[in-house]
Amino acid sequence: MGLAQTYELWRELMLQGDASWWQEFFVRFYQAFLENNRWQQYLEGVGTTLLVTAMALILGVVLGVVVAMVRTAHDQQRPGQRNFLLGVINFICKVYVTVIRGTPMMVQILIMGLVIFASSRNFTMVGTLTLGINSGAYVAEIIRGGLMSLDPGQMEAGRSLGLNYLDTMRFIVIPQAFKAILPALGNEFIILLKDTSMISVIGGQELIYFARNILNRTFDAMFPLVGSACIYLVLVLIFTWLQGKLERRLRQSDRR
Amino acid sequence: MIDVKNLSKSFGDNLVLDHIDQHIYPGEKVVVIGPSGSGKSTFLRCLNLLEIPTAGTITFDGVEVTDPKADIDKIRQQMGMVFQHFNLFPNMTIRKNITLAPVQTKLMSQAEADDTATTLLKRVGLTEKADAYPAQLSGGQKQRIAIVRALAMKPKLMLFDEPTSALDPEMVGEVLEVMKELAVGGMTMVVVTHEMGFAREVGSRVLFMDEGHVMEEGKPEDIFSRPQNPRLQEFLSKVLH
Repeated sequence: MGLAQTYELWRELMLQGDASWWQEFFVRFYQAFLENNRWQQYLEGVGTTLLVTAMALILGVVLGVVVAMVRTAHDQQRPGQRNFLLGVINFICKVYVTVIRGTPMMVQILIMGLVIFASSRNFTMVGTLTLGINSGAYVAEIIRGGLMSLDPGQMEAGRSLGLNYLDTMRFIVIPQAFKAILPALGNEFIILLKDTSMISVIGGQELIYFARNILNRTFDAMFPLVGSACIYLVLVLIFTWLQGKLERRLRQSDRR
Repeated sequence: MIDVKNLSKSFGDNLVLDHIDQHIYPGEKVVVIGPSGSGKSTFLRCLNLLEIPTAGTITFDGVEVTDPKADIDKIRQQMGMVFQHFNLFPNMTIRKNITLAPVQTKLMSQAEADDTATTLLKRVGLTEKADAYPAQLSGGQKQRIAIVRALAMKPKLMLFDEPTSALDPEMVGEVLEVMKELAVGGMTMVVVTHEMGFAREVGSRVLFMDEGHVMEEGKPEDIFSRPQNPRLQEFLSKVLH
């Protein structure tokens, strides 16, 4: 007897109220994941979730690096020799970080989806863009913290040798700061992965979007939602493990 | 070689250097002594603009260092600096520490810089540490590497900011030895230190600083045997026992 036939049989029992708890569990599980090959929808959702996370991460890191560099360079200028243009850019960066960190992510997604890009049909991309912009503000502060936490003697040593500011940053400060901020960056990445679930409110087609579609078909909330939660958890565990490996490798290099 | 005119530096309301005039001649070994907080480190750090003077001018080899339009990177390439806390780059091997600046400033090719590093490491007896990381070195070794790193740029002048103050006592000697050799070799040096023996033996001129002023200066014999200024007499009685 195949799965599909078992399902049909037990569903009849369940509708009559005669099914045991494990028969009911099977029926609901079958409806949520197997009927009409619904597992393919979850898979598609996971694919989109990962893609959105990756794109938002790239955008976030690029934005974060730029903003952090501007803010740090501005703060490290010689007194009395402040660059006006840098001051203006620094101000813009400050406003960006303040606005993004000061408003809820959900509100940002709704504003981007329903106000700024109201005419766009590509909800997933609008959502990705919002996530990237949001993440950039946090990444910027993480990087800035890393750059500031480094012993100023390192910068002084580089400059005293005649290296210019950018070379000193590139060869001396940034490689050391990167190692210091990796745990915080990994944390930000995990938050980003989970926050992709929010873009479904403007129609972004990631995992939760499909889970809710299935929920609306089967009128059973528990299995699609708990199932999705398990998928997120597994993804996060995988990335946490990878991050741990990377950290251990970086730490080895300075104890050789 | 370095001409300091009317140099003042204040941090907020705190006046650390008060109208200092000094001239450092080529080949001179100027040793700066004084109690902590006297401004001697700040004076040294002003010379290569790690601290920006509040007022006054510094001229190095005819170039005004304090001019906002001066190419400070070019000037710093000719002034080596050694720090109290070594400030080696922990993310690079010793060889990379030494060759990074000469290569990146296009002073040398990587091959030339590697040769220079090998020669200099031999001079300080640390050839076998070329591929080690700073974390594996003792304090004395780190400071010798820091001196080598500065020398690799072939500077005309070396600045030492309390180079032995962070060292365990038994490691002070090896660092001073390297500095003495450098002095004998004719390098122009400005050394801020608490090592009175070194000041007496190597210094061609000693500056005693207190409260942002050069209170007394002169040949080491005069400073140590016939101090005139009461503050200097008091200072020496405390450090020479």
